[in-house]
Amino acid sequence: MSNAIHKFLENTVKPNFDEGGKLAKYLPAYDALETFLFVPGHTTNGKGSHIRDGIDMKRTMIMVVLAMVPALLFGMWNTGYQHFLATGEAYTFMDAFFYGALKILPLVVVSYAAGLGVEFVFAIINKHQVAEGFLVSGMLIPLCLPVEIPLWMVAAATIFAVIIGKEVFGGTGMNILNVALTARAFLFFAYPTWMSGDKVWIGGGMDESVAYADGSTGATLLAQATERSSGFVDAAGVAYTDTFMSSFLGLIPGSVGETSTLAIMIGAAILLITGIGSWKIMFSGVLGAYVMGLLFNLWGANPFMEVPAHMHLVIGGFAFGIVFMATDPVSAAQTSTGKYIYGFLIGILGIMIRVFNPAYPEGIMLAILFMNVMAPLIDHYVLESNIKRRQKRTTMAVAA
Amino acid sequence: MSETAEATVVVKEPTEPLFSSKNKKLLSDPLNDDNPITIQVLGICSALAITVQVKQAVVMSLSVLVVMVGASLIVSLLRNLIPSRVRIIVQLVIVAALVILVDQVLKAYMYEVSKQLSVFVGLIITNCIIMGRLEAFALANKPWRSFLDALGNAAGYGWILIAVAVVRELFGSGKLYGFQVIPEAFYDFGYYNNGLMILPPMALITVGVIIWIQRSRNTKLIEEN
Repeated sequence: MSNAIHKFLENTVKPNFDEGGKLAKYLPAYDALETFLFVPGHTTNGKGSHIRDGIDMKRTMIMVVLAMVPALLFGMWNTGYQHFLATGEAYTFMDAFFYGALKILPLVVVSYAAGLGVEFVFAIINKHQVAEGFLVSGMLIPLCLPVEIPLWMVAAATIFAVIIGKEVFGGTGMNILNVALTARAFLFFAYPTWMSGDKVWIGGGMDESVAYADGSTGATLLAQATERSSGFVDAAGVAYTDTFMSSFLGLIPGSVGETSTLAIMIGAAILLITGIGSWKIMFSGVLGAYVMGLLFNLWGANPFMEVPAHMHLVIGGFAFGIVFMATDPVSAAQTSTGKYIYGFLIGILGIMIRVFNPAYPEGIMLAILFMNVMAPLIDHYVLESNIKRRQKRTTMAVAA
Repeated sequence: MSETAEATVVVKEPTEPLFSSKNKKLLSDPLNDDNPITIQVLGICSALAITVQVKQAVVMSLSVLVVMVGASLIVSLLRNLIPSRVRIIVQLVIVAALVILVDQVLKAYMYEVSKQLSVFVGLIITNCIIMGRLEAFALANKPWRSFLDALGNAAGYGWILIAVAVVRELFGSGKLYGFQVIPEAFYDFGYYNNGLMILPPMALITVGVIIWIQRSRNTKLIEEN
């Protein structure tokens, strides 16, 4: 079946797009769709010392998207769960899931449509292939946004991020910033009322008609911690251990895909087993955040500083950011040592911004963007020091 | 820029018409091919600071225009009297005097705008475009040519400023020159003003986009490499 389709494409459709064909101008668009459906044809043909198999960037990217699926599915359920929890209505597991799915799927569709639209336009203007980078960004964008964000804002942010964050620098592989985080930062600064507060995180929360059950607040834990500056043991008397478990499992309000550290860890496992994500960045990032949390515990100048270090790892977007965004191979540091430094500083800065600046509870976003900009500098000095060390070694060998 | 004065040798020219093609180029080049902001990347600080509203940008552009034209004329008239060792300080005094004049006029007649522009009127003294043109052009050219050059550069600065301000005010507050442009119905449908446009980074990005458009239309500006 699929063979027949492939033959039909190769023999009947493709000639139209080849040089001299009627639609030659749109070859990039055709090529993108064809390699999306079928493994690209440039595998090694039996002889030759370098083996080139059918894995191209698209296949790599698809693995990352697959790794995000647990977080996405959990986000769908959690959106419904938070909604029914806030309204106090009775619900079943499937009710919650479908409620969330109906809320989240439009975000995903809009993000992909807007982003791929821009990519196709630029590919045709610049006469190069449509790059696959957006397959991942298109999924990351809805996962790092609040569920109630209006769709047109998602579209505007996606277009902005793809053009200013990526195409300006030369497209996929050339961007200095993580595209999804650029979109999130755009929304965060452009429409702050839709990116913070206590209503956007709950499905139907911005809708006046949704009646809240008594005592429920939709604020994220981070917002609660900064606003009341009383850490997590607040008037409600919630103990750390309870909060830790529910944050780890993800039964808390937050951006679509970032609440459940467990679901994100499944994704991290997929990335690490397939070797697509860098364990160096993830490991040093977690370490950096933990160390910074401990340091703040020692200091303990205000209740937020006294939040246990392990809590920092499970609340907010930390886990999501460090697993899916900090490891973006394009905008991260490239050298081995550089990756440790890069990850460690993301962890430290993320927690530092979170605790020090109440205006930006989500410090991870800013930390990763900042370190994206610094990554080439880190690489530069790692290379320089390596060159110096080796030079010293050779001169010593010569002298001896 | 001001340090690298072009050592232009003044050649005795035969009298030429006021608007010869050479003189016209003095006026038109800075608008596009040699724009002080997008090509020479001078005067960026004020372009970032006062382009939130069109009104501010217009007043700022006019102030710079007045100061620049005045300073260029005066320096050009005095160019043979100024000892080259102290020329920078003499230029500064001339510019500063004009800026103070402009500042006083703004305070007297446009108090509100003057408040919003705050220090940026005073900072016109340090505007690199003005010092750059005085050093590179007015010191070595006759008054009429200096006048045209100053006018051209001030206009080149001004139109970029106003273009950036139009984008930022339109999307940032839905207004143009203080009047509501985006209709109320949009807001009822769920449109929101873009808060990022009010923040300085967006001015930088807008200038960047203007440079991008300019270079893609004007390919001779693209460096070879």
